Amino acid sequence: MKVLLRNPRRELEIEGPTTVLALLKRLEINPESVLVIRGDTLVTRDARLADADDIEIRPVISGGSNPA
Amino acid sequence: MKCRRCGQPAVIDVRRHNAAFCADCFVHHCREQVKRAVHDFDMLEPGQRVLVAVSGGKDSLALWHLLRELGYEADGLYIGQGIGEYSDHSRDATVAFADAQGWKLHEIDIRGQYGFDIPGAAFATKRAPCGSCGLSKRHLFNKAALDHGYPVVATGHNLDDEAAVLLGNVLRWETGYLGRQHPVLPESRGFARKVKPLVRLGEREMAAYCVIQGIDYMVEECPMAAGNKHLGYKDMLNGLEEQSPGSKAAFLFGFLERGHEHFAVEAGEEREALGECRECGSPTSNDDLCAFCRLRERAQGVDAPVELGPTRRRRNRGRHSPSRPTSAG
Ligand code: SF4
Ligand SMILES: [Zn+2]
Ligand SMILES: [Zn+2]
Repeated sequence: MKVLLRNPRRELEIEGPTTVLALLKRLEINPESVLVIRGDTLVTRDARLADADDIEIRPVISGGSNPA
Repeated sequence: MKCRRCGQPAVIDVRRHNAAFCADCFVHHCREQVKRAVHDFDMLEPGQRVLVAVSGGKDSLALWHLLRELGYEADGLYIGQGIGEYSDHSRDATVAFADAQGWKLHEIDIRGQYGFDIPGAAFATKRAPCGSCGLSKRHLFNKAALDHGYPVVATGHNLDDEAAVLLGNVLRWETGYLGRQHPVLPESRGFARKVKPLVRLGEREMAAYCVIQGIDYMVEECPMAAGNKHLGYKDMLNGLEEQSPGSKAAFLFGFLERGHEHFAVEAGEEREALGECRECGSPTSNDDLCAFCRLRERAQGVDAPVELGPTRRRRNRGRHSPSRPTSAG
Protein backbone atom coordinates (compact mmCIF):
# COMPACT_ATOMS: atom_id res chain seq x y z
CA MET A 1 0.00 0.00 0.00
CA LYS A 2 1.03 3.59 -0.57
CA VAL A 3 1.60 5.50 2.66
CA LEU A 4 1.85 9.28 2.58
CA LEU A 5 3.61 11.02 5.47
CA ARG A 6 3.61 14.78 6.03
CA ASN A 7 5.90 17.46 7.44
CA PRO A 8 8.05 16.78 5.53
CA ARG A 9 5.97 15.18 2.81
CA ARG A 10 7.21 11.74 1.73
CA GLU A 11 5.75 8.48 0.41
CA LEU A 12 6.46 4.91 1.47
CA GLU A 13 5.46 1.59 -0.06
CA ILE A 14 4.46 -0.88 2.65
CA GLU A 15 3.22 -4.40 2.22
CA GLY A 16 -0.36 -5.13 3.28
CA PRO A 17 -2.64 -6.35 4.66
CA THR A 18 -2.07 -4.97 8.13
CA THR A 19 -3.92 -2.99 10.78
CA VAL A 20 -3.61 0.71 11.53
CA LEU A 21 -2.03 0.00 14.90
CA ALA A 22 0.50 -2.45 13.44
CA LEU A 23 1.39 0.02 10.67
CA LEU A 24 1.99 2.82 13.17
CA LYS A 25 4.03 0.55 15.41
CA ARG A 26 6.17 -0.49 12.48
CA LEU A 27 6.84 3.17 11.65
CA GLU A 28 7.38 3.99 15.35
CA ILE A 29 4.61 6.56 15.35
CA ASN A 30 2.54 7.23 18.48
CA PRO A 31 -1.15 6.76 17.46
CA GLU A 32 -2.03 9.67 19.75
CA SER A 33 -0.03 12.04 17.53
CA VAL A 34 -1.61 11.29 14.12
CA LEU A 35 -4.78 10.69 12.16
CA VAL A 36 -4.87 7.84 9.68
CA ILE A 37 -6.87 8.51 6.54
CA ARG A 38 -7.77 5.90 3.91
CA GLY A 39 -8.76 7.55 0.66
CA ASP A 40 -10.57 10.48 2.21
CA THR A 41 -12.06 8.76 5.25
CA LEU A 42 -10.67 8.55 8.77
CA VAL A 43 -10.05 5.05 10.12
CA THR A 44 -9.78 3.81 13.70
CA ARG A 45 -6.74 2.02 15.10
CA ASP A 46 -8.23 -1.45 14.70
CA ALA A 47 -9.08 -0.97 11.00
CA ARG A 48 -7.64 -3.51 8.55
CA LEU A 49 -5.72 -2.02 5.66
CA ALA A 50 -5.48 -3.84 2.33
CA ASP A 51 -2.48 -3.88 0.05
CA ALA A 52 -4.36 -1.78 -2.51
CA ASP A 53 -5.23 1.02 -0.04
CA ASP A 54 -3.98 4.59 -0.25
CA ILE A 55 -3.13 5.71 3.25
CA GLU A 56 -2.21 9.10 4.67
CA ILE A 57 -0.66 9.41 8.12
CA ARG A 58 -1.26 13.00 9.13
CA PRO A 59 0.49 14.51 12.15
CA VAL A 60 -1.78 16.53 14.38
CA ILE A 61 0.78 18.09 16.71
CA SER A 62 1.15 21.82 16.14
CA GLY A 63 4.34 23.50 17.22
CA GLY A 64 4.85 26.81 18.88
CA SER A 65 3.95 27.88 22.34
CA ASN A 66 1.51 30.47 21.10
CA PRO A 67 -0.98 29.11 18.61
CA ALA A 68 -3.40 31.72 17.34
CA MET B 1 -14.92 -0.35 16.36
CA LYS B 2 -18.51 0.79 16.64
CA CYS B 3 -19.84 4.25 17.39
CA ARG B 4 -20.63 4.54 21.08
CA ARG B 5 -23.67 6.66 20.39
CA CYS B 6 -25.41 4.96 17.44
CA GLY B 7 -23.63 1.64 16.84
CA GLN B 8 -22.60 2.42 13.23
CA PRO B 9 -18.98 1.78 12.19
CA ALA B 10 -16.71 4.30 13.90
CA VAL B 11 -14.22 6.56 12.11
CA ILE B 12 -12.39 7.93 15.14
CA ASP B 13 -11.54 6.65 18.58
CA VAL B 14 -11.24 8.97 21.57
CA ARG B 15 -9.56 6.78 24.16
CA ARG B 16 -9.70 9.47 26.85
CA HIS B 17 -13.47 8.97 26.84
CA ASN B 18 -13.15 5.26 26.20
CA ALA B 19 -15.23 5.87 23.08
CA ALA B 20 -15.30 5.75 19.31
CA PHE B 21 -17.65 7.70 17.06
CA CYS B 22 -19.07 7.72 13.55
CA ALA B 23 -18.66 11.03 11.70
CA ASP B 24 -22.04 12.51 12.72
CA CYS B 25 -21.74 11.51 16.35
CA PHE B 26 -18.17 12.80 16.48
CA VAL B 27 -19.33 16.25 15.36
CA HIS B 28 -21.99 16.06 18.06
CA HIS B 29 -19.28 15.10 20.59
CA CYS B 30 -17.15 18.15 19.64
CA ARG B 31 -20.11 20.51 19.96
CA GLU B 32 -20.99 19.05 23.35
CA GLN B 33 -17.41 19.48 24.59
CA VAL B 34 -17.37 23.13 23.51
CA LYS B 35 -20.80 23.71 25.08
CA ARG B 36 -19.59 22.15 28.28
CA ALA B 37 -16.39 24.22 28.39
CA VAL B 38 -18.38 27.40 27.70
CA HIS B 39 -20.83 26.49 30.46
CA ASP B 40 -18.36 25.21 33.08
CA PHE B 41 -16.08 28.23 32.80
CA ASP B 42 -18.82 30.72 32.07
CA MET B 43 -17.11 31.85 28.85
CA LEU B 44 -19.78 33.37 26.63
CA GLU B 45 -23.34 34.69 26.65
CA PRO B 46 -25.71 32.91 24.22
CA GLY B 47 -25.33 34.36 20.71
CA GLN B 48 -22.61 36.77 21.85
CA ARG B 49 -20.36 38.69 19.43
CA VAL B 50 -16.88 37.21 19.60
CA LEU B 51 -13.61 37.80 17.77
CA VAL B 52 -11.80 34.56 16.89
CA ALA B 53 -8.04 34.51 16.28
CA VAL B 54 -7.59 32.49 13.10
CA SER B 55 -4.34 31.25 11.63
CA GLY B 56 -5.52 28.84 8.92
CA GLY B 57 -4.57 25.89 11.12
CA LYS B 58 -6.93 23.16 12.33
CA ASP B 59 -7.66 24.54 15.78
CA SER B 60 -8.62 28.07 14.86
CA LEU B 61 -10.71 27.13 11.81
CA ALA B 62 -12.48 24.40 13.79
CA LEU B 63 -13.10 26.85 16.63
CA TRP B 64 -14.60 29.44 14.31
CA HIS B 65 -16.80 26.78 12.70
CA LEU B 66 -17.94 25.35 16.05
CA LEU B 67 -18.77 28.77 17.52
CA ARG B 68 -20.84 29.66 14.45
CA GLU B 69 -22.61 26.29 14.59
CA LEU B 70 -23.43 26.98 18.22
CA GLY B 71 -25.03 30.30 17.30
CA TYR B 72 -22.35 32.82 18.27
CA GLU B 73 -21.78 35.91 16.17
CA ALA B 74 -18.15 34.95 15.58
CA ASP B 75 -15.89 36.99 13.27
CA GLY B 76 -12.27 36.15 12.47
CA LEU B 77 -9.01 38.03 12.87
CA TYR B 78 -5.98 36.97 10.86
CA ILE B 79 -2.54 38.32 11.73
CA GLY B 80 0.14 38.12 9.02
CA GLN B 81 3.46 37.40 10.73
CA GLY B 82 5.67 37.64 7.65
CA ILE B 83 7.06 34.12 8.04
CA GLY B 84 7.82 33.63 4.34
CA GLU B 85 5.82 31.14 2.36
CA TYR B 86 4.29 29.68 5.50
CA SER B 87 2.48 32.95 6.17
CA ASP B 88 1.36 33.17 2.54
CA HIS B 89 -0.18 29.70 2.76
CA SER B 90 -1.78 30.30 6.14
CA ARG B 91 -3.38 33.48 4.85
CA ASP B 92 -4.65 31.67 1.72
CA ALA B 93 -6.24 28.92 3.84
CA THR B 94 -7.87 31.47 6.15
CA VAL B 95 -9.22 33.73 3.42
CA ALA B 96 -10.52 30.78 1.37
CA PHE B 97 -12.35 29.43 4.41
CA ALA B 98 -13.85 32.80 5.39
CA ASP B 99 -14.95 33.47 1.80
CA ALA B 100 -16.49 30.02 1.37
CA GLN B 101 -18.47 30.45 4.58
CA GLY B 102 -19.26 34.11 3.90
CA TRP B 103 -18.01 35.13 7.35
CA LYS B 104 -16.36 38.40 8.28
CA LEU B 105 -12.56 38.35 8.51
CA HIS B 106 -10.42 41.21 9.85
CA GLU B 107 -6.80 41.25 8.76
CA ILE B 108 -3.62 42.73 10.18
CA ASP B 109 -0.29 42.53 8.40
CA ILE B 110 2.54 43.14 10.86
CA ARG B 111 5.07 44.10 8.21
CA GLY B 112 2.68 46.32 6.29
CA GLN B 113 1.28 48.07 9.35
CA TYR B 114 4.13 48.01 11.85
CA GLY B 115 7.23 47.70 9.69
CA PHE B 116 8.70 44.45 10.98
CA ASP B 117 8.18 40.71 10.77
CA ILE B 118 8.65 37.75 13.10
CA PRO B 119 11.87 36.34 11.61
CA GLY B 120 13.37 39.84 11.78
CA ALA B 121 12.17 40.30 15.36
CA ALA B 122 13.69 36.98 16.41
CA PHE B 123 16.98 38.01 14.85
CA ALA B 124 16.96 41.52 16.34
CA THR B 125 16.16 40.27 19.85
CA LYS B 126 18.29 37.10 19.61
CA ARG B 127 15.34 35.29 21.17
CA ALA B 128 13.16 32.41 20.07
CA PRO B 129 10.70 33.53 17.34
CA CYS B 130 7.71 32.11 19.23
CA GLY B 131 8.26 34.68 21.98
CA SER B 132 8.07 37.69 19.63
CA CYS B 133 5.30 36.03 17.68
CA GLY B 134 3.17 35.29 20.74
CA LEU B 135 3.57 38.73 22.25
CA SER B 136 2.74 40.41 18.92
CA LYS B 137 -0.33 38.24 18.41
CA ARG B 138 -1.59 38.85 21.95
CA HIS B 139 -1.07 42.59 21.63
CA LEU B 140 -2.65 42.97 18.19
CA PHE B 141 -5.50 40.61 18.93
CA ASN B 142 -6.37 42.50 22.09
CA LYS B 143 -6.09 45.85 20.33
CA ALA B 144 -8.34 44.70 17.46
CA ALA B 145 -10.99 43.50 19.92
CA LEU B 146 -11.00 46.84 21.75
CA ASP B 147 -10.90 48.90 18.51
CA HIS B 148 -13.80 46.98 16.94
CA GLY B 149 -15.80 46.70 20.14
CA TYR B 150 -15.83 42.92 20.58
CA PRO B 151 -16.66 42.11 24.20
CA VAL B 152 -14.73 38.85 24.08
CA VAL B 153 -11.96 37.21 22.09
CA ALA B 154 -11.55 33.46 21.56
CA THR B 155 -8.40 31.50 20.76
CA GLY B 156 -8.01 27.93 19.53
CA HIS B 157 -5.84 26.65 22.40
CA ASN B 158 -6.78 23.00 22.84
CA LEU B 159 -6.27 20.46 25.61
CA ASP B 160 -2.81 19.50 24.31
CA ASP B 161 -1.65 23.12 24.07
CA GLU B 162 -2.80 23.89 27.58
CA ALA B 163 -1.38 20.69 29.08
CA ALA B 164 2.00 21.37 27.40
CA VAL B 165 2.07 24.97 28.66
CA LEU B 166 1.13 23.72 32.13
CA LEU B 167 3.93 21.18 32.09
CA GLY B 168 6.41 23.88 31.08
CA ASN B 169 5.19 26.19 33.84
CA VAL B 170 5.31 23.46 36.46
CA LEU B 171 8.79 22.30 35.46
CA ARG B 172 10.08 25.78 36.24
CA TRP B 173 7.49 26.65 38.91
CA GLU B 174 6.50 29.81 37.08
CA THR B 175 4.03 30.87 39.75
CA GLY B 176 2.97 34.06 37.93
CA TYR B 177 2.23 32.17 34.72
CA LEU B 178 0.42 29.44 36.66
CA GLY B 179 -1.83 32.10 38.15
CA ARG B 180 -2.72 33.39 34.70
CA GLN B 181 -3.20 29.99 33.05
CA HIS B 182 -6.94 29.63 32.85
CA PRO B 183 -9.51 29.08 30.06
CA VAL B 184 -11.00 32.50 30.87
CA LEU B 185 -9.14 35.74 31.50
CA PRO B 186 -11.67 38.33 32.64
CA GLU B 187 -11.79 41.79 31.14
CA SER B 188 -9.72 44.40 32.92
CA ARG B 189 -8.45 47.90 32.17
CA GLY B 190 -6.98 47.77 28.66
CA PHE B 191 -7.56 44.02 28.27
CA ALA B 192 -10.50 42.38 26.49
CA ARG B 193 -12.01 39.23 27.99
CA LYS B 194 -10.27 36.12 26.61
CA VAL B 195 -11.66 32.59 26.36
CA LYS B 196 -10.40 29.20 25.17
CA PRO B 197 -13.48 27.15 24.20
CA LEU B 198 -11.44 24.17 22.92
CA VAL B 199 -9.81 23.24 26.26
CA ARG B 200 -11.87 20.08 26.52
CA LEU B 201 -10.83 18.85 23.05
CA GLY B 202 -7.48 17.36 22.06
CA GLU B 203 -5.36 18.28 19.08
CA ARG B 204 -6.20 15.01 17.36
CA GLU B 205 -9.91 15.69 17.76
CA MET B 206 -9.58 19.13 16.17
CA ALA B 207 -7.77 17.71 13.14
CA ALA B 208 -10.44 14.98 12.86
CA TYR B 209 -13.19 17.60 13.12
CA CYS B 210 -11.70 19.46 10.15
CA VAL B 211 -11.30 16.31 8.06
CA ILE B 212 -14.89 15.25 8.78
CA GLN B 213 -16.34 18.71 8.13
CA GLY B 214 -14.29 19.15 4.95
CA ILE B 215 -12.44 22.15 6.39
CA ASP B 216 -9.32 22.60 4.30
CA TYR B 217 -6.85 23.67 6.98
CA MET B 218 -3.14 24.15 6.58
CA VAL B 219 -1.35 20.92 7.51
CA GLU B 220 2.09 22.48 6.94
CA GLU B 221 3.82 23.53 10.16
CA CYS B 222 5.37 26.87 10.97
CA PRO B 223 9.09 26.54 10.16
CA MET B 224 9.94 28.55 13.26
CA ALA B 225 8.43 25.90 15.57
CA ALA B 226 11.26 23.41 15.08
CA GLY B 227 13.04 22.78 18.35
CA ASN B 228 10.36 24.62 20.33
CA LYS B 229 10.23 23.12 23.79
CA HIS B 230 6.46 22.84 23.77
CA LEU B 231 6.72 20.30 20.96
CA GLY B 232 8.89 18.20 23.27
CA TYR B 233 6.39 18.55 26.11
CA LYS B 234 3.57 17.47 23.82
CA ASP B 235 5.58 14.43 22.79
CA MET B 236 6.18 13.45 26.39
CA LEU B 237 2.54 13.95 27.32
CA ASN B 238 1.44 11.87 24.34
CA GLY B 239 3.79 9.12 25.53
CA LEU B 240 1.96 9.15 28.86
CA GLU B 241 -1.42 9.35 27.14
CA GLU B 242 -0.72 6.30 24.98
CA GLN B 243 0.18 4.31 28.13
CA SER B 244 -2.61 5.69 30.20
CA PRO B 245 -5.45 7.40 28.29
CA GLY B 246 -6.86 10.42 30.09
CA SER B 247 -3.52 11.54 31.58
CA LYS B 248 -3.45 14.89 29.79
CA ALA B 249 -7.01 15.79 30.80
CA ALA B 250 -6.40 14.68 34.40
CA PHE B 251 -3.25 16.82 34.55
CA LEU B 252 -4.90 19.96 33.13
CA PHE B 253 -8.30 19.74 34.79
CA GLY B 254 -6.84 18.68 38.11
CA PHE B 255 -4.78 21.87 38.02
CA LEU B 256 -7.76 24.02 37.03
CA GLU B 257 -9.97 22.54 39.73
CA ARG B 258 -7.53 22.21 42.60
CA GLY B 259 -4.27 24.01 41.79
CA HIS B 260 -4.97 27.24 39.94
CA GLU B 261 -6.61 29.12 42.80
CA HIS B 262 -3.41 28.92 44.84
CA PHE B 263 -1.51 30.95 42.24
CA ALA B 264 -4.26 33.32 41.09
CA VAL B 265 -3.69 35.92 43.83
CA GLU B 266 -0.17 36.66 42.69
CA ALA B 267 -1.22 37.12 39.07
CA GLY B 268 -4.01 39.50 40.12
CA GLU B 269 -1.56 41.70 42.00
CA GLU B 270 0.71 41.89 38.97
CA ARG B 271 -2.17 43.06 36.79
CA GLU B 272 -3.10 45.80 39.27
CA ALA B 273 0.32 47.42 39.02
CA LEU B 274 0.11 48.26 35.31
CA GLY B 275 0.93 51.63 33.75
CA GLU B 276 0.25 52.88 30.20
CA CYS B 277 2.46 52.63 27.12
CA ARG B 278 3.46 56.15 25.98
CA GLU B 279 3.30 55.04 22.35
CA CYS B 280 0.07 53.05 22.06
CA GLY B 281 -1.66 53.38 25.45
CA SER B 282 -1.63 49.65 26.16
CA PRO B 283 -1.21 48.47 29.72
CA THR B 284 2.45 47.98 30.59
CA SER B 285 4.43 47.26 33.72
CA ASN B 286 6.97 50.05 33.26
CA ASP B 287 5.11 53.28 32.40
CA ASP B 288 7.20 53.67 29.27
CA LEU B 289 6.85 51.43 26.21
CA CYS B 290 4.81 48.24 26.21
CA ALA B 291 6.53 45.00 25.18
CA PHE B 292 5.07 45.21 21.68
CA CYS B 293 6.23 48.79 21.05
CA ARG B 294 9.67 47.92 22.42
CA LEU B 295 9.84 44.95 20.09
CA ARG B 296 8.71 47.11 17.19
CA GLU B 297 11.41 49.67 17.94
CA ARG B 298 14.13 47.03 17.91
CA ALA B 299 12.86 45.00 14.97
CA GLN B 300 11.70 47.69 12.55
CA GLY B 301 13.44 47.30 9.20
CA VAL B 302 15.52 44.32 10.39
CA ASP B 303 15.70 41.51 7.85
CA ALA B 304 16.57 38.13 9.26
CA PRO B 305 19.52 36.52 7.52
CA VAL B 306 18.50 33.62 5.34
CA GLU B 307 19.07 30.94 8.03
CA LEU B 308 16.15 32.27 10.08
CA GLY B 309 13.72 32.18 7.20
CA PRO B 310 13.60 28.66 5.87
CA THR B 311 10.46 29.33 3.93
CA ARG B 312 12.08 32.18 2.07
CA ARG B 313 15.12 30.08 1.39
CA ARG B 314 12.88 27.34 0.14
CA ARG B 315 11.13 29.75 -2.14
CA ASN B 316 14.50 30.75 -3.61
CA ARG B 317 15.51 27.15 -4.16
CA GLY B 318 12.26 26.16 -5.83
CA ARG B 319 9.10 24.67 -4.45
CA HIS B 320 10.07 21.04 -4.08
CA SER B 321 13.28 21.14 -2.15
CA PRO B 322 12.85 19.94 1.42
CA SER B 323 12.62 22.55 4.13
CA ARG B 324 15.20 22.18 6.86
CA PRO B 325 14.14 24.36 9.73
CA THR B 326 17.03 25.73 11.75
CA SER B 327 17.10 25.53 15.49
CA ALA B 328 14.52 28.20 16.15
CA GLY B 329 12.60 28.15 19.39
S1 SF4 C 1 5.38 28.28 15.81
FE1 SF4 C 1 6.09 30.09 16.92
S2 SF4 C 1 6.68 31.55 15.33
FE2 SF4 C 1 5.42 29.98 14.36
S3 SF4 C 1 3.33 30.80 14.38
FE3 SF4 C 1 3.56 29.54 16.24
S4 SF4 C 1 4.22 30.96 17.83
FE4 SF4 C 1 4.55 31.99 15.85
ZN1 LIG D 1 -22.76 7.40 15.62
ZN1 LIG E 1 2.74 50.14 23.14
